[in-house]
Amino acid sequence: MGLFNFHRDTFKHGIHPPEQKRETNGLPIRQFPFAPVIVLPMVQHIGGPSEIVVREGQEVNRGQVLAKANGYVSVPIHAPVSGTIRKISNVPSISGKMVPGIYLEAFPSSSQEVMEGTPIDLDTATPDEILKGIQDAGIVGLGGAAFPTHVKLKVPEGKNCEILIINGIECEPYLTTDHRVMLEQADDILMGIKYLAKATGAKQTIIGIEANKTDAANHLKRMISDGDPVSVKVVPVKYPQGSEKMLITSILDREVPSGGLPIDVNIVVVNVATTAEIGRLLPHGRGIQERVITITGPGVKKKGNYLIPIGTPLRYVLEQVGVEENISEVYMGGPMMGVAVSNLDISIVKGTSGIVVFTEKEVKKAPKVYPCIKCGACVDACPIFLNPSKLGILAKFEAYDSMAEDYHLMDCFECGSCSYVCPSNIPLVQYFRLSKSIVRKRKQVTTNAK
Amino acid sequence: MLNRTLNISTSPHITKGISTDVIMRNVVWALLPVAAFAVYAFGINALLVLITSVISCVLTEHYLCKFSKKESTITDWSAVITGLLLGLTLPPNFPLWMTFVGGVISMALGKFVFGGLGYNVFNPALVGRAVLQAAFPVAITTWSPAFLANRFSSISSSTLTFPFMEPSVDGMSGATPLAAFKFDQVATDASDLALGLISGSTGETCSLLILLGGIYLVARKMMNWRIPVSVLGTAFVFSGILYLVDNEVFPSPFFMLFSGGLMLGAVFMATDMVASPITPLGVWIYGGIIGLLVIVIRIWGGLPEGVMYAILLANAISPHIDNVIRPRVYGTSKSLKPS
Repeated sequence: MGLFNFHRDTFKHGIHPPEQKRETNGLPIRQFPFAPVIVLPMVQHIGGPSEIVVREGQEVNRGQVLAKANGYVSVPIHAPVSGTIRKISNVPSISGKMVPGIYLEAFPSSSQEVMEGTPIDLDTATPDEILKGIQDAGIVGLGGAAFPTHVKLKVPEGKNCEILIINGIECEPYLTTDHRVMLEQADDILMGIKYLAKATGAKQTIIGIEANKTDAANHLKRMISDGDPVSVKVVPVKYPQGSEKMLITSILDREVPSGGLPIDVNIVVVNVATTAEIGRLLPHGRGIQERVITITGPGVKKKGNYLIPIGTPLRYVLEQVGVEENISEVYMGGPMMGVAVSNLDISIVKGTSGIVVFTEKEVKKAPKVYPCIKCGACVDACPIFLNPSKLGILAKFEAYDSMAEDYHLMDCFECGSCSYVCPSNIPLVQYFRLSKSIVRKRKQVTTNAK
Repeated sequence: MLNRTLNISTSPHITKGISTDVIMRNVVWALLPVAAFAVYAFGINALLVLITSVISCVLTEHYLCKFSKKESTITDWSAVITGLLLGLTLPPNFPLWMTFVGGVISMALGKFVFGGLGYNVFNPALVGRAVLQAAFPVAITTWSPAFLANRFSSISSSTLTFPFMEPSVDGMSGATPLAAFKFDQVATDASDLALGLISGSTGETCSLLILLGGIYLVARKMMNWRIPVSVLGTAFVFSGILYLVDNEVFPSPFFMLFSGGLMLGAVFMATDMVASPITPLGVWIYGGIIGLLVIVIRIWGGLPEGVMYAILLANAISPHIDNVIRPRVYGTSKSLKPS
């Protein structure tokens, strides 16, 4: 830290995109209707695809396990609705690839009671039993990363989790999912924190919230019982503070080592909606069936925060909320890191935190790309202090090895801050994404050769 | 509506919306008051020099692009900046044909041969001026006094010199404050310097308007404030130390700051984004080098003014500064070693 630390309570660099949260942050979470056919891809998380355990024609109950985890880094998938398995075949996914999946036809008018499994008792369960419970509930990071939560929570031998950080930052513009969850599911969050603290052995829990959600911060503060080792920390609004590394720096002024994980600095970070899900599901041994999603953007008529069953086709979602005539792009996630969707037949998955629809007005027709004028805006924006300008030039020359070895390419987590500020409209993140995958492939080739 | 073909693009899907041409245009706006004062102070001659140099730069860029079968890049406005800057560094009654040649050289040799916008090693306007200084040493050091009574009614004979002819000196020439100090040991009043009531290059005389333009660009985050601060700061401190050592021999730091092309150079020339380092520490070093060199050349060099050479030299060092000075990457303990 320098002599004058002007960055108190927040990380260095970063950007301030317009927040655009006003239109939905006051709207309570509403239950979304069941689609007639639910489409469940088996690849909803990072890790091995789930293994289907049902057969075509089988009738299943809501909450029943349809596919089991096929290993440690994998999670099961539960039926979000009672119905009949119509078809087991490849289904479209957001990556554009077809992946194994299940078509589930909902019963038109049956009671949608939820099947329950073995409850995990907070007082008697061991940390490993809690982790098993989290895996059995099919829980993955709901902030968008969709990494199996039980893997992340497992503290490796020789490491120690001192502080648990609950991530309620939600720095993506437009999205208000976590904001509503914090306002409406505080009990679940606090229960989830108890499970998480026990599973990780953390002595202290800090809930990190940005200053544009002070109502949620105050609500949680009121709900925390005296004597609980849980506190709320409000930090200034800045993108990409929701990234684990940035949040840890903002709250505790620690830096996660390059190539390392938060546990290397004795911290585990869990998204707030994931925490709420754990607190709600584990006491009943249920599996995850639905999630809160913000549907917003200038192209959406009935904007709001909806509780939507996993597997609901995107087309059905947009039909229900209504879209404008001139829609142009649909994003899964926020506008900074979200993925543009080309096919509306893909479905809502566990990692979908928001759907943002832009019309032709917001989507600029291929902005003119100028040469890099070395203005340094990207250098001032990059939260991990890379030199995107230089990396961009190296990428043009296909100097991938130099990018990785001399300029720390692999530390880039693709937050998009550099592209956002670039006056020359250079698609820097796109370059880096491509370069990273090439570097990874090359590394694989060399390890295989050995 | 849901049957429409959706567009796809890569994230991020929003941008700040300040594009390169907008930045360049704003630099032009920031230079206009300086140019306007130049015309007010030096009259019709200055106006002709400025117009000629802008036209020359824009035309050169346009035709070079056309001849090399590329899309014309004049719409990014950077040629206009070069034209204005070149004009502002020339004496007000500089022959127009020489001005035109300077513009062609700036764009062709200073910018185009390197690959155009974004690739120039040196500030293009200064490349043009350096060539003019070498080719026409007399014309480029012939200054007319400011606020002549007939400045709006008569065009100086030197301005309209025919190409390849030597300009006639029309007797009314005024020494710049730096030349007056260097060769005649006459100091000029600091307030006259700040307000531009002196003779000098077309646009370098009114330090206050130059600073105002700089403040505008810094406020709009279109200029790296560290460059003018480090250039002026170093020049001030270094000349201040010399002044304290012997105030008989060395001029006051205020005189150094507000005389000659230092203000224009520090605010509008050294800040050429392309030719300056990209990291904050690199920029401080770069600015420091310019500030030191300016004072060294002014005091110990053969020329009264050293801003142009100081900046050109620092431009040349700039890529090497970027290669050596690399910021510490998040999560690493020390900065990366240079390759």
